[in-house]
Amino acid sequence: MNQRKHSYVRDHVEVGFFTDPSVCIGCKACEVACKEWNQVPDDGFTWSGNSYDNTGHLGASTWRHVMFLEQDRQKGNQVTGPMGLASDSEDPFRWVFLSDVCKHCEEAGCLEACPTGSIVRTEVGSVLVQNDVCNGCGYCVVSCPFGVIDRRPEPLHDAGGAFKCTFCYDRQKSGLVPACAKVCPTESIVFGRLDDLRARGAERVQQLQQGGYTDAQLYDPTETSVRGIHAFFLILGEPEAYGLPPKPQVPTIYLKSAWTSAFATAIASIIATLVAFAFFS
Amino acid sequence: MTSNAPSEKRLEELREQAWREGVVPDKGVDVAGGPIPRKPGYYGQPVVRPPVWTWQVPLYFFFGGMAGMAAVVASGAIIFHQVDLARAAMWIAAIGGAVISPVLLIMDLGRPRLFLNMLRVFKHRSAMSMGAWILSTFGACVVPGLIALELNAHQVFAGTLDQLLCVASCVFIFGSAIFGTLLATYTGVLIGATVIPAWFLHRALLPIHFGTAGLGSAAAVLELLGHRMPALNVLGFYAAAVESALLIWLSVDKHGVADRAIHEHGSGWLIRIGEVLNGPLAIVLRLLGMVPFAAISFLIGALVSRFGWIAVGKVSGSDPESVFAAERY
Repeated sequence: MNQRKHSYVRDHVEVGFFTDPSVCIGCKACEVACKEWNQVPDDGFTWSGNSYDNTGHLGASTWRHVMFLEQDRQKGNQVTGPMGLASDSEDPFRWVFLSDVCKHCEEAGCLEACPTGSIVRTEVGSVLVQNDVCNGCGYCVVSCPFGVIDRRPEPLHDAGGAFKCTFCYDRQKSGLVPACAKVCPTESIVFGRLDDLRARGAERVQQLQQGGYTDAQLYDPTETSVRGIHAFFLILGEPEAYGLPPKPQVPTIYLKSAWTSAFATAIASIIATLVAFAFFS
Repeated sequence: MTSNAPSEKRLEELREQAWREGVVPDKGVDVAGGPIPRKPGYYGQPVVRPPVWTWQVPLYFFFGGMAGMAAVVASGAIIFHQVDLARAAMWIAAIGGAVISPVLLIMDLGRPRLFLNMLRVFKHRSAMSMGAWILSTFGACVVPGLIALELNAHQVFAGTLDQLLCVASCVFIFGSAIFGTLLATYTGVLIGATVIPAWFLHRALLPIHFGTAGLGSAAAVLELLGHRMPALNVLGFYAAAVESALLIWLSVDKHGVADRAIHEHGSGWLIRIGEVLNGPLAIVLRLLGMVPFAAISFLIGALVSRFGWIAVGKVSGSDPESVFAAERY
């Protein structure tokens, strides 16, 4: 599925990523491929001490991030843990890998917030930052409910602008699959038509639940103001453990109450001033 | 080799315990990277991103608010024929709103040379875009307003031209007053309509706080410049009373973990110090007749609380527990 040429950009087809941790082997090829293809600068070599994850979080120079979750739960019916731990052990353990990425929201907070029009929606429904237009105001950073987009600090290449996953828009225009999906050896990252992927995700959840992964679910917040994401995930367990907000909201829903308060304050200030000058001069 | 260092002693104890009991059940400290992380979320990593804004932004909130509301004071003064006060207020509005504010905002950009891109589009759903347009329009009203007012006051021209100048100055001053109120209050919307829990939970309070602090600051600066008059004193009382009410609101309307950045940490102290200085303390000093001290107290409070709110955003945005807790509201 990931190796075929396509014409989604020309045909204006909505595309997406479906990322499935149940088959991820944590090889980080997606991180490497993303960095290489997009020429993303390194953002420091630090040892986090958190499992095998030294990347930490998505950011201006990290557009794919493989998480390494260590959980005190059984992984389906698998027998895991030290020295052949039985499946009904009192000390269960599982190791879950998930490749995180920009969600390309249906209602994107960053896109709504951008005052320069630098952030746009493409023909395939992805959210793209036009680097040459961005002036680095930083408002998208506090408008993304997933903490994806960030301003790149000095002294990195192209510092000052906001960066995030481009969905390899340049590759897609040439009919190529995004670099991360292309290199994924287990098809844990699948790229394709959004409707196809949603069906595939639902089917995979069912499959896993039958296989004993009772806590398998899709992470696609369609019920909130984000109205769904184009890069959605299958997760084992709760979204919180993956650092994913359970109910993400696009911050434009707060505008009405905030502006109401602003207008009320504006009017009150004018009245107070007029009263002060009229009666206390 | 044995040593008396505490760390070695601890190891000796563990060894003895292991020898004696056959097991060491003590979980001890939570080692970073130890199996089954006990921190909330994903290894305590932030869920949303804290603001990247530096000192220029809170300073802009302070000067922008003061400048915007100074134009309102100027309008009041013009209506009630206090031309000297109107001139001073318009100077504050022009220097604060057309010089200091744009410079601070441009300095804060990641790519200052592209600042004009702010006016590339008009997006009513982006408070940042609205702010850029509000500030630009304010500047376009306040500068001609000040020039017309000064020319008129110095009687540079005579006859019809002078009358025209008088009308023009009034129109521009009223225009800058309208956009000035928006300039002083939109900053509350700007940070209120974000994903930072401690900010969006108080999105109704923020514009009131920023706008009223702006009005009080404008009155305070005018008083410090020597314009001691009852009207400004009344405005000072009004602003300090509203700020005191907001201090009470903030301490009643608590959201627990979700907005703990306002009540804990250094950020919480900045908010508290700021609100006490421009709320209760300013009132008390005014009641005692110590107007200049009240004005200084209010100005410092307004400045400190602006820095406090940005600090709150940084703490709250880095706190995954706050984000999870806030989603229950």
